[in-house]
Amino acid sequence: MSFKIASSPHHHSMKKTPVLMRTVIYACIPGIIAQYYFFGAGNLIHIFLACLTALLCEALVLSLREKSIRKHLGDYSALLTAILLGISLPPLAPWWITVLGTAFAIIIVKQLYGGLGSNPFNPAMAGYVMLLVSFPLQMTMWLPAKPLLTIDLSFLDSLNIIFTGFSLEGYSIAQLRSNIDGITMATPLDTLKVDLGLGLTALESMSKPVFSQLSGLGWEWVNLAFLLGGLYLLQAKAIKWHIPLSILGALATMAFVAFMIAPDQTGGPVFHLFSGATMLGAFFIATDPVSASTTNKGRIIFGITIGILVFVIRSYGGYPDAFAFAVLLANMMVPLIDQLTQPKVYGHPANSKGKS
Amino acid sequence: MESLFEQVAQGRIWPLQGGVHPPACKENTSGLPIIPMPLPEVLVLPLKQHIGEGGKLLVSAGDKVLKGQPLTEPVKGLSLPIHAPTSGTVIKIEAHPVAHPSALSEPCLFLAPDGQEQWVERKPMAHFCAETPEYLVSKIKQAGISGLGGAGFPAYIKSSSLRNINYLIVNATECESYITADESLIRRSAENIIQGIDVIANIVNPNMILIGIEDDKPEAIKALEQALEHRHDIHLRVFPAKYPSGGEKQLIKILTGEEVPSGGYPVDVGILVHNVGTLYAVYKAVVEDEPLISRIVTVTGEAIEHPQNLEVLLGTPVEAILSHCGFNPGKEQRVIMGGPMMGFTLPHTQIPVVKITNCVLAPAKGELPEPQDEMDCIRCGACADACPVSLLPQQMLWYAKAKDLAKTQEYNIKDCIECGACAYVCPSEIPLVQYYRVAKAEIRTQEQEKRQAEHAKQRFEARQARLAREAEQRAEKQRIAAEKRKKAMASSGASNAVADALARVKAKKAQQAAEQANTAMEPSAQATKEEAKPLTGAAAAVAKAKARKAAQAAQQTTDQVTEQTTSDEVTGKEPSKAPQEAPADDKKAAIAAAVAKAKARKAAQGAEQTHKPTAQTDEAKGPEIQSDKKAAIAAAVAKAKARKAAQQTEQTAVSDSQVLSDEDPSQQRDLSDTHKTQGALTSSTDKKAAIAKAVAKAKARKAAQEQTATFASSISDTQELTDEDKPQRSELSDTHNIEADAPEIEEQSPLSAADAKKAAIAAAVAKAKARKLAKAAEQANDEPDNQD
Repeated sequence: MSFKIASSPHHHSMKKTPVLMRTVIYACIPGIIAQYYFFGAGNLIHIFLACLTALLCEALVLSLREKSIRKHLGDYSALLTAILLGISLPPLAPWWITVLGTAFAIIIVKQLYGGLGSNPFNPAMAGYVMLLVSFPLQMTMWLPAKPLLTIDLSFLDSLNIIFTGFSLEGYSIAQLRSNIDGITMATPLDTLKVDLGLGLTALESMSKPVFSQLSGLGWEWVNLAFLLGGLYLLQAKAIKWHIPLSILGALATMAFVAFMIAPDQTGGPVFHLFSGATMLGAFFIATDPVSASTTNKGRIIFGITIGILVFVIRSYGGYPDAFAFAVLLANMMVPLIDQLTQPKVYGHPANSKGKS
Repeated sequence: MESLFEQVAQGRIWPLQGGVHPPACKENTSGLPIIPMPLPEVLVLPLKQHIGEGGKLLVSAGDKVLKGQPLTEPVKGLSLPIHAPTSGTVIKIEAHPVAHPSALSEPCLFLAPDGQEQWVERKPMAHFCAETPEYLVSKIKQAGISGLGGAGFPAYIKSSSLRNINYLIVNATECESYITADESLIRRSAENIIQGIDVIANIVNPNMILIGIEDDKPEAIKALEQALEHRHDIHLRVFPAKYPSGGEKQLIKILTGEEVPSGGYPVDVGILVHNVGTLYAVYKAVVEDEPLISRIVTVTGEAIEHPQNLEVLLGTPVEAILSHCGFNPGKEQRVIMGGPMMGFTLPHTQIPVVKITNCVLAPAKGELPEPQDEMDCIRCGACADACPVSLLPQQMLWYAKAKDLAKTQEYNIKDCIECGACAYVCPSEIPLVQYYRVAKAEIRTQEQEKRQAEHAKQRFEARQARLAREAEQRAEKQRIAAEKRKKAMASSGASNAVADALARVKAKKAQQAAEQANTAMEPSAQATKEEAKPLTGAAAAVAKAKARKAAQAAQQTTDQVTEQTTSDEVTGKEPSKAPQEAPADDKKAAIAAAVAKAKARKAAQGAEQTHKPTAQTDEAKGPEIQSDKKAAIAAAVAKAKARKAAQQTEQTAVSDSQVLSDEDPSQQRDLSDTHKTQGALTSSTDKKAAIAKAVAKAKARKAAQEQTATFASSISDTQELTDEDKPQRSELSDTHNIEADAPEIEEQSPLSAADAKKAAIAAAVAKAKARKLAKAAEQANDEPDNQD
């Protein structure tokens, strides 16, 4: 009788890539719910659109590359990219923004570089930055949280605005964003930035209605929800602590130092940690294993770099939030970081960095 | 800060870097006793069961052997004997698949047990402490003990190192899932293992003895604690279970905080590690005088009905073990020898148990995950976190796939212990270890090729250097010899033996001739000496022979040698030429002889020219071996002819021109002139001789012209005849050619026997011709007379 021949090890941890990807997707759910609650169904629609586009684009490129479509779609990596991009977009951005961004992320940023595992940049963030640079108007149409809206926003309204630019009642996004006084409301980060530029102190600015206890109204809850998801990822060992912790630590430290120096000119550590895309970026985006550093020491350097960049761009850059830029810039540094942070190999002298 | 040694003494544990926690799955067999496995029908004993060389066979097919009898004896190098696991008959010795990942076939000894279990004579020895380390080491070697933990390194080598051993570490870790062989052995024979430790400690005298065991074997730990109750020199270290803590290098790090240098051995840092199974075998060998003939094998997996720990005789086929324990193979059944992480699958069950076999694992379907298609690496770095050696498996994979072997080495692929932790955790199920094995094998091959190429290069260079050296030495020798000769020539009374001898002989001959001719031969002899410079050996012999002939001719010459002798261009054959110019009848004989000799010379040249028909007749040829040979033959022929001619002249005074006329009828016109000249010559004046010479020269020139057109490429008889003409004339016209001949003759010296034979044949031919010539000469003899 002859038996099956296999190469050792004959055992496996059964923690496979599709499972890993699905875990991350599940961990996004609290954040998505929070988004839905505070900003309407816009992001849900974008996520759906993005997923559809991502699967189509991925299948198209896979067939062109003569790879197994079923096997590669089954790894959920394209879906995860689409979901992350869908979460990141302004809730009422036009539909083609999503489609264009996702197609760019999947076809150019991911597949043209060799598919899963070969892309040097985070596809979702590269797509986001492409959109932000190319379509700044559409990409900055952020809605204030629902409680601040003067006009009610239903699911169908969101859907209509995304596809036609106007709600069922015929309101445009600009109208939706205006408060009772007719003044356009921006995101907390944007508001603070503009106010500081106008010579207001941070305290004065943060007394405006878009702000709340921790940061902005709604935004703090969204961030808390993503933090929850992130903790779940850590607990499920889907990600390691190095990147999120070093991002949050670096960002908080920078904000704290700036706050100590000039309390009137900055929002403070807590404001930064719970504003914008901080938690989403720290736990879901920067931890994308493909484009992040692969050594533990490298991950910490990678995280700190992102944290510092986020603070610097938020405070001094032209854009209110900075996660996409920070992540992409750090992605560029990864090969160098990896090269310089090789662990000491067993049996090699400590100072040789593992080189023999 | 405490020293490392103090920290170790205080029981510090250095946690394992990386590692994984696969389910232990040991519960099936961990509490079970060790049961001896019944005798199988046949034992298949691979002659080599360890790392290193196999032993030399001591028995042959048909031999009866006793239990414990050595079947092979170690040869030099890493070599161990094997022993008969039971008494029985050797059936055959032939290649059989052995325990190897590729199930390679190696020579195996087939033993049919007779069921008697009859032991060879044993000498149990309870008190080994008095024995010398050398004796104990040889005992361990003779018992055929190799490491029973996995690699199978001969135990005696490890223990016989002369280096100072700081720690003796006992590996009781058994970190692989499923396997409980060591654990059950500890539970049963902890006392004996301690005795084994004592034997090794006696040999290497370590500063500290440590036993390392994982915390998931409470019963084994208890057994060891009991056995060590009154022993304070042996320290038991219990640490958290984690794969692969049991790797030798990993265990050293865990227990001592030290690292074995890359590419080195534990002994390099003063550490010796032995597996508990090995130590038990050491105890058996030294105390009970039993060689290594059996080992504990865990037979487990859900496809096995009765999982158990068996004491199995080495050589027992896996088939027998499986059927003994009840085996229900499923679809795509895997049978693994060793554990699930590092074991290898068996292609069939005929493979025998060897010294390193610690487990036979037959998982049911779904018990161990089936290998799936590998997916893309997502660079998650789980492999790097799991690697106990802190390698970067992902980067190594990248370069291994790209076949960039240099880069894989830069990432220290050689430090990979192939534990499989990276592949175990890889979410994309990439068979990383397999990639590394392939890359390592390629590196090995490449290195081997490089070594071979380097070796070949060195050999080539050495050879080139030697050849150059030899050539230089030769040239130097020649230069020195030449200088010597030159010096000898300059001082004229010098010591060049050959030249001297040559000169002496020539002088003597010349003297003889001179005596008869009443002429002073001194200058000639002197000249001879000078010209003989390039002559050595064979050339000397040739010259001697010629001289002799010349002497013969000279003897017949009663008249004086003319002044022309000295005025002529002096060659080594000068004495032979001298008579040529002699006047009168006797002179004629001399002339004939000289002509003949000249012919011989020219024949040599001519022979050369037959190879190069376009060449000028009077051109001095460079020595070419082939033509040289022919030239030699031709020379021999000519010589023989000359001899005949000389004989002939004794009887009849024949003018050389007549001979020529007979030889070459195509030159009748010339000959008629010659006849006249000859007539004049016979009137015996020196002047006439000179005239004759001039005439002959003219002829030679003519003949040479003709011959360039008429030369054929073979040495046919007719050709020879024409050749014979030409040389004479050439000789007359260009005497210096003869000098040019001298080195050629030198080159001929190493003529082989075959050539000699050829020469003999040629000589015979020549003789026949000479005879013919003689006849012709007789006939022609009348003609000039008539003309006269």
